[in-house]
Amino acid sequence: MNYNLNPNLFSVNVEKRSCRQGFGDEIVELAKNSKKVVVLDADLMESLRLGEFKKKYPNRFFEMGVAEANMISAAAGLALEGFVPFTSSFAVFTPNQAVAQIRVSVAYNKANVKIVGSHAGIATGPDGATHQALEDIAIMRAIPGITVLAPCDYWQTRKAIRSAFKINGPVYIRFGRNEIPSVTTEKTPFRAGEAQILRDGFDGFILAHGESVYRSMVAAEVLKRDKKMDFGVINIPTIKPLDETNLLKYAKKTRAFVVVEDHQVTGGLCGAVSEFLSENYPIPIQFVAIRDKFGESGSSEKLIKKYHIDIEDIVDGCLKVKERKRMFVYNK
Amino acid sequence: MNKKQIEELQIRAKRIRRELTEMLYNAGSGHWGGSLGMADIFAVLFFGGVLKYNPKKPDWVERDRFILSNGHIAPVYYTVLEQAGFFGDKKAQLRRTGSPLQGHPSHIHIEAVETSTGPLGQGVGVAVGKALALKLKKIDSRVFCICSDAEHEEGSTWEAIASAGKFKLDNLIFILDRNHLQISGTTDEVANLGNIANRYRDLGWEVFEVNGHDTAKILRAFSAIKSKNGKPKLIIAKTVMGKGVKFIENDYHYHGRAPNEEEYNKAMELLK
Repeated sequence: MNYNLNPNLFSVNVEKRSCRQGFGDEIVELAKNSKKVVVLDADLMESLRLGEFKKKYPNRFFEMGVAEANMISAAAGLALEGFVPFTSSFAVFTPNQAVAQIRVSVAYNKANVKIVGSHAGIATGPDGATHQALEDIAIMRAIPGITVLAPCDYWQTRKAIRSAFKINGPVYIRFGRNEIPSVTTEKTPFRAGEAQILRDGFDGFILAHGESVYRSMVAAEVLKRDKKMDFGVINIPTIKPLDETNLLKYAKKTRAFVVVEDHQVTGGLCGAVSEFLSENYPIPIQFVAIRDKFGESGSSEKLIKKYHIDIEDIVDGCLKVKERKRMFVYNK
Repeated sequence: MNKKQIEELQIRAKRIRRELTEMLYNAGSGHWGGSLGMADIFAVLFFGGVLKYNPKKPDWVERDRFILSNGHIAPVYYTVLEQAGFFGDKKAQLRRTGSPLQGHPSHIHIEAVETSTGPLGQGVGVAVGKALALKLKKIDSRVFCICSDAEHEEGSTWEAIASAGKFKLDNLIFILDRNHLQISGTTDEVANLGNIANRYRDLGWEVFEVNGHDTAKILRAFSAIKSKNGKPKLIIAKTVMGKGVKFIENDYHYHGRAPNEEEYNKAMELLK
């Protein structure tokens, strides 16, 4: 499939934009086309790039203050009355500060609420451990009926927001804070629930979401150049529901996966992929994710390195999984 | 309001108490005390011409929205919904597998239930969202939300109260079930609620107090809250947990349990 990826992906001048800007830009477009779109904010309007929305649609913008629990319940009320509310906060506050509300008022009610969590992951950087959401996907995955989206760049965030609007039911959209390389372009297709095979492989596949997709693409390139290995890259912007068909297909093809994410191993994409494959087609899987630790302050680059989710860690994971695959006995 | 209407509502309240007691006895578990305590309020709300609703069309756009935020007193709510005709001829058992009468009110099981409640401090927030929605849609209906005093120990309840004041939701009415009791004892022993009325007033609400068992006064209180003055309304209903069943009145041990056979028989005698 031709994904129309960014042709300058491996250039030093690669386009860098933030996912939150993608949210801010797309929500204005959505509101233009549908009067049902409303936004609830918990005092992070600037951080979530909602200035334009507030200016253009003041009647549909609700500043709820630093009160995430009530923001979520109120959003559920608006959704049950037919609106499509997007709540906006950091991934460390929604879900975490409002899990009970998300569980009952949103998910159990099947209320059509879209929960946007920005500044996810250790890449959030200087604010430190308190502000680095590393368990948000695990929390949201564990609650029945919530679609979990984790777009990989600015363009994909716009499409994820658009898709979330079309889905009838609760959706969680998580992304990071930083300006990151655009892996995709405006023309790249996107469908919620579909994994994207961005690069084919024969030795194994690297599975990733969010900003880790870029590093995975670079790692695959490095492996090809330096080790003559063919690792593919699968972008998984929909963590729930998982694209089981494609996972199974590519697990069978190469029998080796490396899962990369800026999130705890527990309950994230690592957990999701493992749960599915252990029951359906067990293969060696290597994790490049946070291993049961809190983060700390520092630059994104330094933290990504220190907590071992950098390009070299992905390369290392690929080498390990290839070795494990060699040792793995299949019961045919 | 006339004498006959008041008498009818009092008879209605007694019938509600009888039927919820039976419902709980058959279920073998559930919240008896609080359910009895709110029977008079429920009678006025649903049968005293306060709430606009249509049992044949639970999603009628012009209906008033009713939310029971302290969802554990579901038995009084279910009894009233049944008496008002929301369940048609269908008989369902409280707390049985497969029954729509879940232990706590469930929106996905009963359409008339505007939102699922149970965990305290959530229905109040959903009520705020619904009141905002009605204003946006320019629908002239109101949102009635019953909440408990212990529910005001939840921080999220105050988040909801503050936001309702901020957004000047004069289409929102809270009815506070003020019985001073919760599952572990009195609200004063267990927590610290301060002066609830003043806390609401500080946040932009208009506050009314009423004896929650005086039908005439309850009716009067509801007719006094119609003004569109930019203020959400709170009615503090002073109630007695277990009201009508003398031997359990004001006993917090009956917060979360159903009558046994002996209690059931004694209670039905009292509620004749």
